[in-house]
Amino acid sequence: MKILTANRLTDGEVVWLAKDGSWAESIEPSEIVADKEGEARLEAIGKSAVEQREVVDINLIDIDLVDGKIVPLRLRERIRAAGPTNRTDLGKQASRQGAN
Amino acid sequence: MYRYDEFDHGFVKARVAEFTDQVERRLSGDLSEDEFKPLRLMNGVYLQLHAYMLRIAIPYGTLNSRQLRMLGHIARRYDKGYGHFTTRQNLQFNWPALSDIPAILADLASVEMHAIQTSGNCIRNVTADHFAGAAADEVADPRPYAEILRQWSSVHPEFSYLPRKFKIAVTGAERDRAAIQTHDIGLHLKKDEKGELGFAVYVGGGQGRTPMVAKKIRDFLPERHLLSYATAILRVYNLHGRRDNKYKARIKILVHETGVEEFARQVEAEWDHLRDGELKLPDADIRAIDSYFAPPDLPERPEGDEVVRLGRLDSRSFGEWLDQNVITHKHPDYAAVTISLKGIGEVPGDASAEQMEAVADLAERFAFDEIRVSHEQNLILPHVARADLKAVYDQLVSIGFATPNSNLISDIIACPGLDYCALANARSIIVAQNISKRFASLERQRDIGELKLKISGCINACGHHHVGHIGILGVEKKGAELYQVTLGGSADEHTTVGDIIGRGFGPEEITDAIETVVETYLRVRLDAGEKFLDAYRRVGPAPFKEALYGGEANAA
Repeated sequence: MKILTANRLTDGEVVWLAKDGSWAESIEPSEIVADKEGEARLEAIGKSAVEQREVVDINLIDIDLVDGKIVPLRLRERIRAAGPTNRTDLGKQASRQGAN
Repeated sequence: MYRYDEFDHGFVKARVAEFTDQVERRLSGDLSEDEFKPLRLMNGVYLQLHAYMLRIAIPYGTLNSRQLRMLGHIARRYDKGYGHFTTRQNLQFNWPALSDIPAILADLASVEMHAIQTSGNCIRNVTADHFAGAAADEVADPRPYAEILRQWSSVHPEFSYLPRKFKIAVTGAERDRAAIQTHDIGLHLKKDEKGELGFAVYVGGGQGRTPMVAKKIRDFLPERHLLSYATAILRVYNLHGRRDNKYKARIKILVHETGVEEFARQVEAEWDHLRDGELKLPDADIRAIDSYFAPPDLPERPEGDEVVRLGRLDSRSFGEWLDQNVITHKHPDYAAVTISLKGIGEVPGDASAEQMEAVADLAERFAFDEIRVSHEQNLILPHVARADLKAVYDQLVSIGFATPNSNLISDIIACPGLDYCALANARSIIVAQNISKRFASLERQRDIGELKLKISGCINACGHHHVGHIGILGVEKKGAELYQVTLGGSADEHTTVGDIIGRGFGPEEITDAIETVVETYLRVRLDAGEKFLDAYRRVGPAPFKEALYGGEANAA
C-alpha cells in the first residue's frame, strides 16, 4: 500500500494527499492505493500539484495499516509524519500534544 | 574583526534583492521548481525532512554580539526559537518558510551576514582554528588569510561550477584545531627560517564515503602567493576532476588517482604561469586585511590570579570548568573560554534564541564583542580577562551552557541525522543524547580523559565520524537503523581515519557498545596519563574487538 507525500511550496510543511483531494497536514486522511493504477493516478495528481505550485518533492511511500492507522514502513517517513524524535514539541506531534 | 566595505554591502544587498525576486517568481509560477532549486541552493536554502532549511555562513566561525543577537532574533521571529551550529562553523535554521527567507536574508545583510555559497559545487565557507588570535601557541592569526580566500572565492566566475563542493581550512598553530587534513585544501600558517609567513599546503583530504587524509604538496608557500597557488590547485581540479560520477568528483579522488607527485607537478606547472601575475598579493593588501583582525586592546588585569584562586576555593564546579573549558591565552591576564553546547542529554550544537542573546550579552560585556563557532559545535569567547571568568561562568550556568566537558566523551559532534536531514539514513542526535546521559558523571568523564566521539547519520560524514577517536556511522539495514563503530580516528596534526571495528549495533545496543569500548580502554591503558587515542594506537583493535564480539571475533 502506498500514499503520496510532499512538502508545501510556500513554507515546506510536510503534507499528504488526502482522500478529498486536498493536501492534508496530517497523515491520517491520506488516500491509500494498493495497485499500479492507483499509484499512477496519485503520481499524476502530484505532478499536477507541483505544476500548480502547491507542493514540491512528491514521493509515493510504502505504508502499513496498524489497527486501522496509517504507519509508514520507513523510519524516515514516520519521522516526517511526527517530527524530530528528540523534540516532541516540534513538528506534527507538537500540535497533537496540544490537542490532547 | 572584518567589517564590510561599500563593495561588500552593495554586493550582499544586491544578492538579497536578486533572491527576493527569484522567490517571488517561484511563488507566482514564473520559475519552475527545476529552475528554482539551483537558485535557492546558491542562497543556502535546502529542503529537508520537515521543512526548508537555511544555512547561514559564519566566515571562519567569527561573530560579534550584534550578529549573534540577530541570529537569536531570526530564530524567534521566523523559526522555532532555536538554531543549530554546524561542523562547518555555520548556523542552520530548520523550519523557515520559503516566503520568509527574503526577509531573513535582509535581516542578515543588516549585520553583514549572508547565506551565499553555503551550498553548491563552489568554494564553501573557509574555516579556521576557533582559538585564532587568542591561542598562546599560534604563529599568527589565520583568519586574515581565510578572509582573503573568502573575498577571492565569493562568486568567483571560474570556480562557481566545480566538479563538486570545495572546502578550505586554515590553522595558525602546530597543533591543528581546524582539522585541515580533512579538507580539500588545508593550510598550515607558519614561518620559515627567515621569519617570513607562509603555508604548508595540504590537498585532497576529505571524509564522506571515501575518507582520505590530505597530502602535503608544498612545505612552504610564501603568503603573497596564497591566491595564485590556490588558483593553480583549483584549475587543475576544475580541468581534471571527474564530473561523470558524483561520488568520485571531489579533489581527493583526483589526487589519489593522479598520484600526489604528479598532481603536485601539475599544480606547480600551472602556478608557474600565475605566480608573478595579478594574483600576487601586495604586502600592503595583506597587512590591510590583517588590521581588521588586530587583537583587541587588552588592558592589564593582574588581579585575575587572585580572583581565580579564590573562585576555585569557593566553588568546586567553577574549578572543574576552569580545568576543562578554559585555555591559555597569549596574554597572561586573559583566557579563551569554550561555551559547551553539549549539556548532558542536550542536542549537540543547538542553541535557543535566549541562549544566543545571553552569549551575545556576555561577549559584549566581558569578551571584547567577539564570539567564535567551533567546528566541534561549541561557542568560544576568545578573549576573557581571568578576573572576569567567575562572572562569565555564573552567567553560563544560568543559561545551561557551563557544562565542563570540553574534549571529554560527552563533548560529542553529531550531525542532524534522520531527525532532520533528507540525506540521513539513521538518527544521530538521539545516539549522542543517550551516550551523553550514560556518561553523565563528570568524575567518570574526567577519569576517561580526552575522547572525541563523533556521530554521522549517513556516509556523507557531516558528523566527522571517520576522524573521531570513537566514530559512529548510522546506516539503514533492512529498514532499521544500524550503527557502525570506528576506532582510532583523529582530526589533528596527525590525522588518521578510524578503523571499522566489526558488525554494527542496533539503536538499543549502541550505547552499551560504546561503554564496552570505553571500559576496554580503561583496562588496557598504561596509566591515567595514556589517552584513549594513544592507547588504541599502541594496542590496536584486537582487545576492543574481543570485548565487543567475544568468540564471534575469534571465529571471524
